[in-house]
Amino acid sequence: MSHHKVEVRNLHFSYPDGHEALKDISFTIVHGESVGIIGVNGAGKSTILMLLMGILFPDSGEVLIGDVHLTKKTLPMIRQRVGMVFQNPDDQLFMTNIYDDVAFGPRNYKLDEKEVESRVMGALELVGISELKNRAPFRLSGGEKRAASIACVLSMQPDILIMDEPTSALDPKARRRVIGLLNSFTHTKIITSHDLDLVLETCQRVIVVKNGKITADGATNEILTNSELLDSCGLELPLSIQDCPICSSSKTSKK
Amino acid sequence: MTNLTSALYNIRLLDDLAKKNTPIHALHPLVKLLTTVIYLAVVMSFGRYEISNLLPFIFFPLFVTLFAELPLMPIVHRLLVVLPLIIGIGILNPIIDNHTVTILGANFSRGWITFLSLSIKCILSVTVGIILIATTGIDRLAVAMRMLKIPKIFVLQLLLTYRYITVLMEEFLRMSQAYSLRAPEQKGISKHNWGSFAGQLILRTFDRADRVYQAMLLRGFSMEYNVGRIEKANFKDFAYLTGWCLFFVIARIYNLSLFLDSLISGVVK
Repeated sequence: MSHHKVEVRNLHFSYPDGHEALKDISFTIVHGESVGIIGVNGAGKSTILMLLMGILFPDSGEVLIGDVHLTKKTLPMIRQRVGMVFQNPDDQLFMTNIYDDVAFGPRNYKLDEKEVESRVMGALELVGISELKNRAPFRLSGGEKRAASIACVLSMQPDILIMDEPTSALDPKARRRVIGLLNSFTHTKIITSHDLDLVLETCQRVIVVKNGKITADGATNEILTNSELLDSCGLELPLSIQDCPICSSSKTSKK
Repeated sequence: MTNLTSALYNIRLLDDLAKKNTPIHALHPLVKLLTTVIYLAVVMSFGRYEISNLLPFIFFPLFVTLFAELPLMPIVHRLLVVLPLIIGIGILNPIIDNHTVTILGANFSRGWITFLSLSIKCILSVTVGIILIATTGIDRLAVAMRMLKIPKIFVLQLLLTYRYITVLMEEFLRMSQAYSLRAPEQKGISKHNWGSFAGQLILRTFDRADRVYQAMLLRGFSMEYNVGRIEKANFKDFAYLTGWCLFFVIARIYNLSLFLDSLISGVVK
């Protein structure tokens, strides 16, 4: 049994106002796979993540993390294995300093304070902000906050890393650092983003969601170069492979 | 808007001050909490006409402020915030309690004495409360409360309320900025928009607080707030608690102000 596997079977979910957000979603993500979930606003990407984390529960269908069914009973165990980085780091950083924020998860699992310290320092060094450990979160820049929110999750040593829009509101250099960071992780990764260049650089596989359904699921190189498919889903080719805006030379053959 | 931004910055000042490294900050949180609670109980136990007995109790907050290297002005600013409340509570005393007393040859309504005594008690209480948070930090204070077996639901309520204040202020700041940019000629928020503004503010803060709570749950939060290891109380802690308790008891039994006055008068003579 692999703890790093995610399986979603026939997932249906409607919000209390009756809006049907997901319709019969199924996919399997195996150990070490890096998967991008893309789609327009309101397609159902964040709902999928919330269902994977047990923040929401499906109307029907099931979620399995490493062969364990996600239920209210198994939630604590599953949340120890799966770490989620929120879209807005401010939602994730609520303690008075970065050290305590990163230590929040390990301390909740009643780890020895020495082990907590080693995990916190390890996570902070991995994201390159160990010198900020005593700073208050609200005094950090957007990129530093993002790195801190990733460290918060890494300190729990999850098997699976889930990230909601990891590069939103970041400057180019900070975005580049996050991409480098994501590529250095060997975890199973699930990333939702509108930044298709990020998905192109960090994911081997892409799932395209449209109106709560999976429209395409396949290798990143195939899906993100298929302009017709992307166009029909309200998306466009990643900027890095679009035609040059100055000389109009083509970087990819149109399918 | 600058005022709002600085208010937001200032609300975190107590958290920043709590990170200082002074002998007072190094004391065990439970010792500081107990000393403060005993101080408050003794101050509150004085009758409403006893003013001179209260004066020696100024010494405790002064001592802690000095040795914890706390800046005076931010504490005074916070006191000014509660001042209208104190005045609101006590201002009717001179009218209700209108017996005349003579002090230093001048006639006063006895209500003024009760008003003054109430004001001193309130100011001292609020000051030691602020000082306690500024030298301990809300997280360590919560640990001390749990050591006193205060139910975790109450401690958690206090902690989350403390956090919620910043969430509320941040959202208010964002909304006020958005409002003022589209209403540049207006001073403040028009009363016609108060209803929708307040409603939106509450909904947005609930939403944000919910996301923060979800983030806590995802990291294993189970209604128990863990802030890491707290060192055991040592001799210094016990000495601090015992020393201050002795002072409070002596100052409660004997009127130290009169004693000091007669001492100085004796020396002068």
